[in-house]
Amino acid sequence: MPSNSNLAAPAKPVDYVFRVGGEGGEGVISTGEMLTQTLARAGFEIYTFRTYPAEIKGGHANFQVRASGNLLLSSGAVVDVLLAFNEEAYQKHVKDVRSGGVLIYDSDSFQPPSTDSLISYAVPLTSLATEKVGIKLTKNIVALGVLGQLFDIPLATFQELLKDRFARKGETVVQKNLTALQVGADYVKQIKKLDAILLGPGPRKTKELVLSGNESLALGAIASGCRIYAGYPITPATDIMEFLARELPKLGGFVVQTEDEISAIGTVLGASFAGKKAMTGTSGPGFSLMVEMIGLAVVAELPAVIVDVQRVGPSTGMPTKTEQGDLYLAVYGGHGNCPRIVMALTSVEDCFYGIMRAFNLAEQFQMPVVVLSDASLGHRKATVPVPDISRVPVVERRKPDAAALKNYKRYAFTPDHISPMSVPGIEGGGYVAEGLEHDEIGYPAASDHENHLRLTQKRYGKFKEVEQMANELVKIYGEPHPEIGIIGWGSTEGVIREAVQMAQDAGYSVGALHPKILYPQPLAKLTEFIKGTKAVIIPEVNYTGQFATLLRKRFAYDFIQLNKCIGLPFTPKEIFDKIEEVAVHVQSRRRAAAFATKL
Amino acid sequence: MSKVVDEQQPSPQSYKTDEHPIWCPGCGDFGVLDSLYKSLAGLKIDPKDLVVVSGIGCSGRTPGFIKSYGFHSVHGRVLPVALGVKLANPALHVIGVGGDGDGFAIGGGHIPHAARRNPDFTYIIMDNSTYGLTKGQYSPTSPTGFQAGSTPYGNIEQPLNPLAMLIAYGASFVGQGYSGKPRELSELITKAMEHKGFAFLNVISPCITFYNTYKIVPARLAEVPKDHDPTDRAKAFALALKTEQVSLGIFYQVERPTFEDGVAQVITKAQAASRPRLEEIFAEFS
Repeated sequence: MPSNSNLAAPAKPVDYVFRVGGEGGEGVISTGEMLTQTLARAGFEIYTFRTYPAEIKGGHANFQVRASGNLLLSSGAVVDVLLAFNEEAYQKHVKDVRSGGVLIYDSDSFQPPSTDSLISYAVPLTSLATEKVGIKLTKNIVALGVLGQLFDIPLATFQELLKDRFARKGETVVQKNLTALQVGADYVKQIKKLDAILLGPGPRKTKELVLSGNESLALGAIASGCRIYAGYPITPATDIMEFLARELPKLGGFVVQTEDEISAIGTVLGASFAGKKAMTGTSGPGFSLMVEMIGLAVVAELPAVIVDVQRVGPSTGMPTKTEQGDLYLAVYGGHGNCPRIVMALTSVEDCFYGIMRAFNLAEQFQMPVVVLSDASLGHRKATVPVPDISRVPVVERRKPDAAALKNYKRYAFTPDHISPMSVPGIEGGGYVAEGLEHDEIGYPAASDHENHLRLTQKRYGKFKEVEQMANELVKIYGEPHPEIGIIGWGSTEGVIREAVQMAQDAGYSVGALHPKILYPQPLAKLTEFIKGTKAVIIPEVNYTGQFATLLRKRFAYDFIQLNKCIGLPFTPKEIFDKIEEVAVHVQSRRRAAAFATKL
Repeated sequence: MSKVVDEQQPSPQSYKTDEHPIWCPGCGDFGVLDSLYKSLAGLKIDPKDLVVVSGIGCSGRTPGFIKSYGFHSVHGRVLPVALGVKLANPALHVIGVGGDGDGFAIGGGHIPHAARRNPDFTYIIMDNSTYGLTKGQYSPTSPTGFQAGSTPYGNIEQPLNPLAMLIAYGASFVGQGYSGKPRELSELITKAMEHKGFAFLNVISPCITFYNTYKIVPARLAEVPKDHDPTDRAKAFALALKTEQVSLGIFYQVERPTFEDGVAQVITKAQAASRPRLEEIFAEFS
């Protein structure tokens, strides 16, 4: 059996996918989270994926974590290690385990058929927990001990984590968990190791944070100066509200759980009007309810940040599953000519900086900013470097100076279409935030036809500068002028990036463009990228290709759609396969000599 | 409630703006507006610290007529917007105004929650029992049998009882006024604004054009009895159920902690445990 330190480091860099499956509500997710946290503390990059049932208790839950010495862009293609707490977990996931992969199962629960394609370890997790620890629920921790000992994941790191995690519950609980960990490790010491998976300590020596997309977003909101959050519980956005409910009061802020999403955005607009940075977060059904008030924020020119952590729709849809189906609603939702900014978050790290940019845009341009995340991004965890707040300097809204207050016009025409915004408490700055069409002062002008055009031009006029910023907030991966281009948005960034790398390694001329601001669109960058391509693929986790449709309005170009609509994110392979298919079609040849030998 | 330091008494006229009300001559809302001016002057409210929030309907135009900050929002959402304003800056004086359609129909879902939370602002409903701005359809407070555009054969629904509803929901101040008695109405508005917590006023404010009740209301007017104990919720409820009369005055009033008090307590509690810098919050995730 391996001891933890005196083995030679494995020749290939570590890159393993662990999956834990079992009964929902029995600690599968927390087992996965503790494994994740330990791997991150041990110095590995991590990337998780979880699915969980709509039921609170029961149903099937699973948690996957990929650990690597290198930056991770996707949850991985195949499973190296499956930990199955019950037969259902085995049945559901065994097909994803690579040939020669490892199965660890609770032999008290079931007996899988014998197979040559897997290395199996039968571990009586339940009886070890009940007999050696005395608490059945600790079978999860016993399992962690098994994983630690078997794969040389530093046990000391597990121990440290258990102490941190259970300290609040008292010394007895900590000791029971440490015992359970040891029971698992001791069991492994007396069996023969048949697989070759060994991790040891990871290469990264600096501390990183382990954050979910939603946590990263909430932290970014705090960093932006957001101190008021109003929301209504909804999967998969609720944890943003819960996170901020815990943290904001410490900073003098507050979270109000409103009676519905209409009230949530109403509260946000009231707070913004009164001078505070405020945000609401929701998912599709709640976002649908907010649409009327987005129009109000547009016409009254109020800064507001609205986060939509998308899930499968329409209607109640599949609440715990992921989709990129709300782009049309984000861009077009609302009656009338209704300019708002739409952004999409691309990675766990981008959730932090992206939401900071959203607040800046809302404050600077005095308009609502819709920020699209999704279930797969909001709920996955990743290692991210400790955020550097100075990367996105915080912007505040333009306030009226003494001259402007002499004869204050809330909606004054200015060269950049942004009017100084007064807030209650300022002498001479009184005005009515007006949902009716209004004049420069803010007086209702519901019958002045020419005025309506001028004010509409003012509101859209802000887009000129936003579009310039959109052009700066574009990421390009692979070749900047490829034969086969890929344009993606939101959470598909990582898988696209990985697919591009695979395709480049295979010798294809491929590059991907990934904008952060989707509306208004970065037309200059898109034009430059599209020009010269033989084909452009637009992968989206939706049925009709919503971003592709938006782009077709602006470009006379035959975009090729790649749509996935089963409530799951893309894998890099799916995008790579499409690249190969398109390459054949447009006769884009591999440059084998130039690229394939790169390794 | 803090009043302006300036000792000079502002005149009710000083709260008027250049914007002229678009209401029909004789509209009850003029009576409400005049009473409001008078109360604001009496309380010496500084216009820079006053926010008037409205929804949609004839009453929705009110913020434009009062020297203050105003928020003319969308139909039925006065209470969420007012809550947001108060949450952002508890020092502001906030008045929400709306009609019976705005408040009790489309916006009715917000009322119980405002009543529960008890934010320190005043909510004035100008109740004319019709939709004036869309030309006279029946509203939640129209009587059964009410004949109008959308009920050509007569309204088959029972009118709701705003006072009983608000008392049942636990609003901490519930009163009723009448636009035809502006002096009494102003006194009532002043008391509502002085009340610490969510103060609800139902003001009978007839629609001169589509449902002129000026002729029938006076005969039904009554005062809240002098010996009425406004802290007795059951008696307040019983009084509210006497729908054969239009009682004017304070039905119910109790002091209990406001939403803002609660927010301040939560912040104190959270900060007693820790007042982390962002870097320290980061550290929790390493």
